[in-house]
Amino acid sequence: MKIAVCIKRVPDMDVRFKIAPSGTAVDESGLKFDISDFDGYAVEAALQIREKLNAGEVVVISLGPDVVQETLRKAMSMGADRAVQLKAETIPADSYAIATALAAELQGGGYDLILFGRMSIDTAHGATGAMTAELLGLPVVNAISKLEFDGGTAKMRRELEGAYELVECALPAVVTIDEGIARPRYPSLKGIMAAKKKPLEIRPAQLAEPRLVLDAMALPPERSAGRIIGEGSAVVPELVRLLKEEAKVL
Amino acid sequence: MSNNVLAFAESRGGDLRRAALEAVTAARAIADVRGGAVHAILFGAPGIGAHAPRLGAHGADSVIVVEHAAFAQNNPEAVAATIAAHMGRGYGALICPASATGKDIAPRVAAKLQVPVASDAVAMTANAASITVTHPGYTGKILQTLTLTATPAVVSVRPGSFLPKENAKAGAVEVLAPVGDPAASRVKVTETATGNTAKLDLGEAPVIISGGRGLKEAANFTLVEELAAAFGNAAVGATRAVTDDGWRPHADQIGQTGRLVSPDLYIACGISGAIQHLAGMRTSKTIVAINKDKEAPIFKIADYGIVGDVLEILPVLTAAVKQAKASG
Ligand SMILES: Cc1cc2nc3c(=O)[nH]c(=O)nc-3n(C[C@H](O)[C@H](O)[C@H](O)COP(=O)(O)OP(=O)(O)OC[C@H]3O[C@@H](n4cnc5c(N)ncnc54)[C@H](O)[C@@H]3O)c2cc1C
Ligand SMILES: Cc1cc2nc3c(=O)[nH]c(=O)nc-3n(C[C@H](O)[C@H](O)[C@H](O)COP(=O)(O)OP(=O)(O)OC[C@H]3O[C@@H](n4cnc5c(N)ncnc54)[C@H](O)[C@@H]3O)c2cc1C
Repeated sequence: MKIAVCIKRVPDMDVRFKIAPSGTAVDESGLKFDISDFDGYAVEAALQIREKLNAGEVVVISLGPDVVQETLRKAMSMGADRAVQLKAETIPADSYAIATALAAELQGGGYDLILFGRMSIDTAHGATGAMTAELLGLPVVNAISKLEFDGGTAKMRRELEGAYELVECALPAVVTIDEGIARPRYPSLKGIMAAKKKPLEIRPAQLAEPRLVLDAMALPPERSAGRIIGEGSAVVPELVRLLKEEAKVL
Repeated sequence: MSNNVLAFAESRGGDLRRAALEAVTAARAIADVRGGAVHAILFGAPGIGAHAPRLGAHGADSVIVVEHAAFAQNNPEAVAATIAAHMGRGYGALICPASATGKDIAPRVAAKLQVPVASDAVAMTANAASITVTHPGYTGKILQTLTLTATPAVVSVRPGSFLPKENAKAGAVEVLAPVGDPAASRVKVTETATGNTAKLDLGEAPVIISGGRGLKEAANFTLVEELAAAFGNAAVGATRAVTDDGWRPHADQIGQTGRLVSPDLYIACGISGAIQHLAGMRTSKTIVAINKDKEAPIFKIADYGIVGDVLEILPVLTAAVKQAKASG
């Protein structure tokens, strides 16, 4: 099975972000970058499929400036066979523009399965996978937490709010990956060495004109500081009173 | 450009979702600025059209009803194709709920119409030419202001951000045939199962009672469920520690890699308050935390914290909530 995984380079979220002076970007100084959470699950899922079938190829693709090569090498150190950078100096906030460029690369690539993350952990629109599928004329199943194959048919589980769907779809198809599918492996030393020699092609990204424009970024208002109202079940009556009279939620 | 706005009226299992009323409410606000009409589009098995009056009551001038036996299950390909074709009649915007279903539909339709989508809007303003949304990104740590200059503008709105408002309009029913044969969709939903024993789910409930590893074992989640039942309008959530161990289904997970929720009241039971958990619930209006460790980070954001054993406190709280509900 020939599998493509589209991966995005994102900052580590475990920090207090600062807005850059431009007002439309985060201040990247001191930030660590890695594969977006759900894209890591997607890479792992692809590797497990290849290992199970003991055949096939896993190609990772990332759109962005040269720094995304580091992200692609990381995926190859986990086990992906080769990588493609769609080079763009500035990346629009417009998921349709991104999808156009990814679709142009994927078109005619002969992929049986194209994986995306459910959403990128930074800009979090969760749109790129479905849009790319539409542009390719392929079926898409979004946000899946289980994936099995029955001949040429993918059988999946999709999480909803408080429920789930079982979904089937014939390949070739686009699938976006939710958590729960497989925790990404850590690259081994051998994997890291091997990744240095794996092929990484660089091609210009064919981006469409952006029509979703980022005007501003701001930090959300701080929550007022927390308050401990007491200890043990003796304070339950006081809690109930506060919920009734102060918060008015009871 | 048309000033009319189309709202996707989400349903599941023959019932209208609260998110449908929220989408109509959000659409109404844009249409009012532009002097246009709101049309709600509703898909389902035959009979779903019976819900049209509720959409009218919340601001839909007309309700486009698309009934087909193959819509008994979610059918994203046929739904998206039908919406995209119907948009050809001339709409300035499409508003979907940013629920699992709405976020599945919105980008499909947007790509068919060759426009971008702005997801998960928590606020929205419109003028004659464009729509500007506030979109939380970076796990809720940064609010992005995004302007959609493409027409039509496709936006999904976060559940709980545009509360359903009654605003009686005609809700005139128009029947529409689906595009293509919905029974021939390449993507087939074979089953929809409810994983949560509570009646309400995380996307809809105004109250969420969430449990963490501090509950000690899966069986103790009955204490959480009993408190949810006492409220009557509550759903049950969980941390990743709990869903990883299989105590609760993954669909119940709240946080960075789970669901994003902002209920009126969030009660965190035996939850430490890891940054990845907070990412999913910090916008809740009121937060209560019960934890035996007074240094637990959850107390930093809890409006009301109780230090103590959650297994001892929950039954007492459940009894007190029952009593408060009974006495009105
Ligand atoms: C290094 C870098 C810096 C950026 N800086 C900014 C900035 O400062 N301000 C700003 O507004 N935007 C910036 N962007 C662009 C922006 O973050 C997104 O690429 C764009 O908004 C689409 O994201 P989305 O939320 O729609 O993605 P989603 O639709 O949420 O992503 C879903 C999935 O699509 C795939 N995907 C998404 N993007 C890519 C990609 N670039 N390459 C390969 N696969 C991808 C992944 O599988 C991902 O899980 C930057 C992008 C990169 C790569
Ligand atoms: C990439 C990534 C993504 C993640 N995404 C998510 C996510 O989406 N959602 C999520 O929740 N987590 C997520 N996590 C995991 C997160 O970091 C925490 O590990 C997790 O939230 C902890 O769950 P917990 O609070 O149940 O458990 P713990 O951290 O173990 O906390 C248990 C708490 O219970 C208290 N306690 C123990 N006994 C009692 C008692 N008898 N009475 C009262 N209190 C008691 C303890 O004091 C402690 O504070 C993610 C982690 C990573 C690395």
